[in-house]
Amino acid sequence: MAAEAERAGSPLAIRGMTVSYGQKPAVFSVDMTVEAGKMTAIIGPNGAGKSTLLKAALGILKPLAGTTTVFGKAVVAQRHRIAYVPQRASVDWDFPTRVIDVVLMGLYPQLGLLGRVRPAHRAKAEDCLARVGMQDFATRQIGQLSGGQQQRVFLARALAQDADLYLLDEPFAGVDAATEKAIIGVLKSLRDAGKTVVAVHHDLSTVAEYFDNVFLINTRRVAEGSVAAAFNDRTLQDAYGGRLAGAQMEALRAVEAPQTEAPQLQ
Amino acid sequence: MSGAEFVPLSLVPLLTGIFVAVACALPGNFLVLRRQALIGDAISHVVLPGIVVAFLVTGAVTTWPMLLGAAGAALVAVIGIEGVRRLGQIESGAAMGVIFTAMFAGGVLLLEQSDTSNVHLDVEHALYGNLESLIWLDAVGWSSLWDAQALATLPVELPRMAITLVFVVLFTVVFWRPLKISTFDEGFAQTIGMRTNLLGLALVIVAAIAAVAAFDAVGSIIVIAMFICPPAAARLMTNRLERQVAWSVVFAVVAAVLGYVFAGYGPLWLGFADSVSAAGMIATVSGVILGLAAVFGPHRLRGSAAPVG
Repeated sequence: MAAEAERAGSPLAIRGMTVSYGQKPAVFSVDMTVEAGKMTAIIGPNGAGKSTLLKAALGILKPLAGTTTVFGKAVVAQRHRIAYVPQRASVDWDFPTRVIDVVLMGLYPQLGLLGRVRPAHRAKAEDCLARVGMQDFATRQIGQLSGGQQQRVFLARALAQDADLYLLDEPFAGVDAATEKAIIGVLKSLRDAGKTVVAVHHDLSTVAEYFDNVFLINTRRVAEGSVAAAFNDRTLQDAYGGRLAGAQMEALRAVEAPQTEAPQLQ
Repeated sequence: MSGAEFVPLSLVPLLTGIFVAVACALPGNFLVLRRQALIGDAISHVVLPGIVVAFLVTGAVTTWPMLLGAAGAALVAVIGIEGVRRLGQIESGAAMGVIFTAMFAGGVLLLEQSDTSNVHLDVEHALYGNLESLIWLDAVGWSSLWDAQALATLPVELPRMAITLVFVVLFTVVFWRPLKISTFDEGFAQTIGMRTNLLGLALVIVAAIAAVAAFDAVGSIIVIAMFICPPAAARLMTNRLERQVAWSVVFAVVAAVLGYVFAGYGPLWLGFADSVSAAGMIATVSGVILGLAAVFGPHRLRGSAAPVG
């Protein structure tokens, strides 16, 4: 019963998720229980099924098996509480539209098919752009932005959705340092406002600095828990299958050091 | 030209041409942005077996059975293309190539094997149509537009195309936001609850309806051209979808009007005796418009090469 209660309270609970492209499973029988009000990083090597897991949980991909609940209910009943930020590379940035129009797409659930865009909606979209530092680019065509700026526009659209659960697919991929700082600042402010953030993440050296929890995956679940408990040499070697170079592990140890030593100081 | 000459001879083909052009250009905008522009080509080819089957069943060249046959064939093709694409896990262009060549070839075989030699049903007709033959015999001038008796003899293609255009416009207006959002970012569209597969299918079906309604009057050449040329040219004029669609309508109308006029009078101006196919000329003009837009369009550069603003 404890497991049931945990699942009902979780912003995102995945059970037995199995997805396959052709013959080979990309995600196999994965359970994941995201902790409310925390920032969770989904970590794993290339092709480990990180993005696939998110897409299957959201119903973008059809899984072979598995169920997903969001705050204890089926995903379809909770769409208004979920904001999803796809990989930047997944869309055509030559699409004829402006920055502000993309952010307004986040308000579609409020506007519906034919609802008029009122000044309040526009003000809200502009406010969301300001939160990611893109207020000066509202009327730019999206193809004229840098990769980092495009990523921030995507984040602004997610902010416009006013969700409780934010799911981001590689929000830091190919962005400049300023954008990375801006994005992490926004995500932390969301968490501080009680929202839950889950992000597919690649850069192991920033995991401890950015996130509260980690979920390590390599087709199957490798480890899940707080950064202190689940993000260490052993779990990483398990997830990456010994493919991490020595230097990379060295860098990680330097980051981890304060945390692993903390108990000894007490 | 006086009303007495213009109304019976040119008004109907001109209006039909405009309606066809706009009805095809509207869904064409989304098809081009979705990289599915060739689906118009596919549809206008695959309707042939549908028409032949309708003829074989009813034994006559009548409008509604042929339209139903064409629509049925288009639907079979759309489902077939989606099926090949998903089961074979190949890109949609290749899937279309397989389905529409096979179905067109099947249609030609059927046409040859069946006894259709004594009726006006041939491959050429399906391709080029016959816009000029839409003559309003009972019209005597502009006053005929208010004459119920004369209106009753209006060529059936015109009201049919007008209804089709109204339907296409309604579809575009009502589903504007879902079409725009799902064309730009399908994954996001799904997470906010849009049935993107259904929407994509609906778009293709609307395009098919426009193509099928159009092909009888104007043939498939013009249909193929109007699905692609006005939207593609419009994309080079602006960076906003709303304006792109508006431009595409302008280009479609201009192509239809200029094409019809050039076909009728162009050769005479140049000293030749006969006029040329209006459908062919309209398609040609739309191609020229696209060429001009590609050279002079203000937004023909992409990404970092594009001017800021």
